[in-house]
Amino acid sequence: MKPIFVTSTALQVRLCFAIFASLILIVFDSKFDSFVNIRMYFNTGVAPLIYAANIPGEMLQGVSQNVSTRQDLQTRVKEQEKKLFLQQTQLLQFSHLKKENQRLRALLNSPMQEDSRKLVAELVTVNLDPFALQIMVNKGTSDGVYIGQPVLNEQGVVGQVVDVSATLSRILLISDITHAVPVRVQRNDIRVLANGSGELNELSLPYVPQNTDIQKGDILVTSGLGGVFPEGYPVATVTSFTSPMGDAYAQVSAKPIVALERLRYVLLVWQQEQPLLQNPSIQKDSSKPTTDKAEP
Amino acid sequence: MIPMRGRSKLLLTFFIALFLSILPIPEVLENFRPHWLLLVLIYWCMALPYRVSIGYAWGVGLLLDLLLGAPLGVRSLALAVVVYIVSLNHRVIRNLSLWQQALAVGLFTMLYKLIIFWVEQILFDVAITPMYLWSILTTMLIWPWIFLILRKIRRQFTIK
Repeated sequence: MKPIFVTSTALQVRLCFAIFASLILIVFDSKFDSFVNIRMYFNTGVAPLIYAANIPGEMLQGVSQNVSTRQDLQTRVKEQEKKLFLQQTQLLQFSHLKKENQRLRALLNSPMQEDSRKLVAELVTVNLDPFALQIMVNKGTSDGVYIGQPVLNEQGVVGQVVDVSATLSRILLISDITHAVPVRVQRNDIRVLANGSGELNELSLPYVPQNTDIQKGDILVTSGLGGVFPEGYPVATVTSFTSPMGDAYAQVSAKPIVALERLRYVLLVWQQEQPLLQNPSIQKDSSKPTTDKAEP
Repeated sequence: MIPMRGRSKLLLTFFIALFLSILPIPEVLENFRPHWLLLVLIYWCMALPYRVSIGYAWGVGLLLDLLLGAPLGVRSLALAVVVYIVSLNHRVIRNLSLWQQALAVGLFTMLYKLIIFWVEQILFDVAITPMYLWSILTTMLIWPWIFLILRKIRRQFTIK
């Protein structure tokens, strides 16, 4: 027979065990990141379920692509061609400017950071934790994705990788409440921190003194100080700057430049710290006083 | 010894619930998504309290946390607490009418959501809007159907 009197105490013991185990997991997972490696294997284990959940959305996408009209496609192609033309003309000077910039940096003896490898990843549409702003993409450790990797798209900074499995990875968006990115104001190089607010389209800039020269409309770009994001990518535009009475700091909020609610493709970037210069002759020169260079 | 019959079917219902929990739906409906896993767990815990209990709740809660990318253990904790209450009162809940059961499920869902919110707030200082509570209503409304479907499954495959 089923036990009648034993169960309630046994249940309580089991509940205590469950609560204890959960609390330990919660603390160690969220505060100390102790399970990074184990999580990776588990994530790989549950990946099939995520792929299965992604199928209906993909099918809908396929249907909507198939039913688009000829007219529609033609106008889109025309638009894209025009855009490509404009961008190509802008690019004409790019390689020249890049070389010039490298040379100038070499003269200043400052290291160069170049993005060595980029990989386009597509969004996997699954439901995720409602309290965190994250997305999931279809690239993982088998493509070399690592935790802490910067993620961009064609507009600017998207976020960083926080969780990987063999074929999928999870990206924390810059506006998540636990995310912060070091930025500088493009206009005058003031360095600030852009914290996520928990709202998808808002960032807040904490600890900005009230007399700081930051205006509405200023563009914030990554400063490269945190070591995670490469330098110079646009992050957000300042939307308001108010200095409340009796408060030491101003209240500054900004709006991410990337349309975070309609991401489809993102770019995973591998950074490589490059040696001071590839060209040894210039390196030699720059280490000497500049006067030496003038007399051959 | 009671034979463990229909284990694969039991696990399958849990996997379907997990699948439905991560299935993408339009953004506007996101707040109305019923808590499938909680519903399935409450049913099995009420019907087979000596088989599906806190252990199961903890395990599937952990899987859900993994799938959602939440801090591990949040949903395990919430589900374990709810299932504890359900299995203490399984005789009472069995004898309620379907609509009374739905009300009870509403209360359980509220407790579940509150525990998740409390833990997340302590950890990350998150905020919620009143929209957060809508899924309690949808979970309540969907309970009678879940109950009938799972009862049919249980009788068909004589899961004990």
